[in-house]
Amino acid sequence: MRDENLMALAIILAPLSIASIGGAMGIYAPLQHEAVTVKQWITPQEFLDLFAVARFLPGPSSIIGAMIGWKVAGLLGAIVAMLALYVPSTALCYAMSRIWSQGEGKDWNIALKRGLTPIAAGLIMSGVLALFQLSGGKLVTGAVMIGSAGILWWKAKLHPFPLLIAGAVVFEAAWLLGVLE
Amino acid sequence: MSDFVIESPKPVPLFDIYRVFFWIGVFSFGGGLVPWMQREVVTVRGWMKNEDFLPGVALAQVLPGVNSTNLAVFIGQHLRGLPGVVAALSGMLTGPFFIMIVAMYVYHAVLDIKPLQIAMTGVAAAAIGMILRTGMSAVQASLSGVLPVTIMLATFVAIGVLKWPLIWVVAIMVPLSIAAAWPRKKSSNA
Repeated sequence: MRDENLMALAIILAPLSIASIGGAMGIYAPLQHEAVTVKQWITPQEFLDLFAVARFLPGPSSIIGAMIGWKVAGLLGAIVAMLALYVPSTALCYAMSRIWSQGEGKDWNIALKRGLTPIAAGLIMSGVLALFQLSGGKLVTGAVMIGSAGILWWKAKLHPFPLLIAGAVVFEAAWLLGVLE
Repeated sequence: MSDFVIESPKPVPLFDIYRVFFWIGVFSFGGGLVPWMQREVVTVRGWMKNEDFLPGVALAQVLPGVNSTNLAVFIGQHLRGLPGVVAALSGMLTGPFFIMIVAMYVYHAVLDIKPLQIAMTGVAAAAIGMILRTGMSAVQASLSGVLPVTIMLATFVAIGVLKWPLIWVVAIMVPLSIAAAWPRKKSSNA
């Protein structure tokens, strides 16, 4: 049963590793479908709880895959889930990055770097907008967001952790003052 | 055209890569892994230049897989090849993995504490600000001509505003942008 579950974890997560173009968002829906509906490893409410917890934890939020692995088969399950989730996409990304490095100084490499920079700008700003909208687009969120970006623009080497704490403090204050809604 | 010597500074020790990515993994509450990597690798340590880092962000996002782990792979490869990839990725995932295990024991007790939820939402808001800061540096680096600015705005409108599927937008924008950025033969640098 345990070995079956470990195998099932790998079979479910490894394709998601490669299928998730554009970020972790793309894996949540298929992961939920497999873990909740098909395999019935966890209840829908448990999935939502894990989703909420993963958002709170440091690191990539795709770690929710490892959480489900932990639920299914303990430590070994979590390890299998991590490997299935990250090894396939890493192999592909490593291969591409290697070709990239080998072209250092060549025309195509220069073109690639210059050409991808405006795309990166567009994608990062799209991500900011999406995250802001996802957070409910509240005034306080916008203020904390712009405040922390502004401070980091002014002092680029500042350690961001105090800013994260400050964000928490501002939100607590706004909540206590009743202006968070 | 001709081979020019790329000055090769001392290779970054693997343990330093692991250590830096370990702390990124531990501190990166609320998301914002990409800005953390930019700060540690480009701004504070100078292991990489911004003009090498930013295209890596686009590559990491366009390739299948999670953006942040892909970017760690890209940086690790740039710094030290395959051993660098292993150091960066395992470093970044070590802390979150063990923190996740602790969380699995305690989350039932803390998930419904309202002030904690509020605090974490605030942390996430500040983390979006970090991403905005990285975006601003990418915008600044793209202000090099009419065409890059047009491509940047078109990408933002298509994906950010209109929410068109990423795969179709990049399938059109990436070849266009790379062709436009191809170095002109006349002004080859020796």
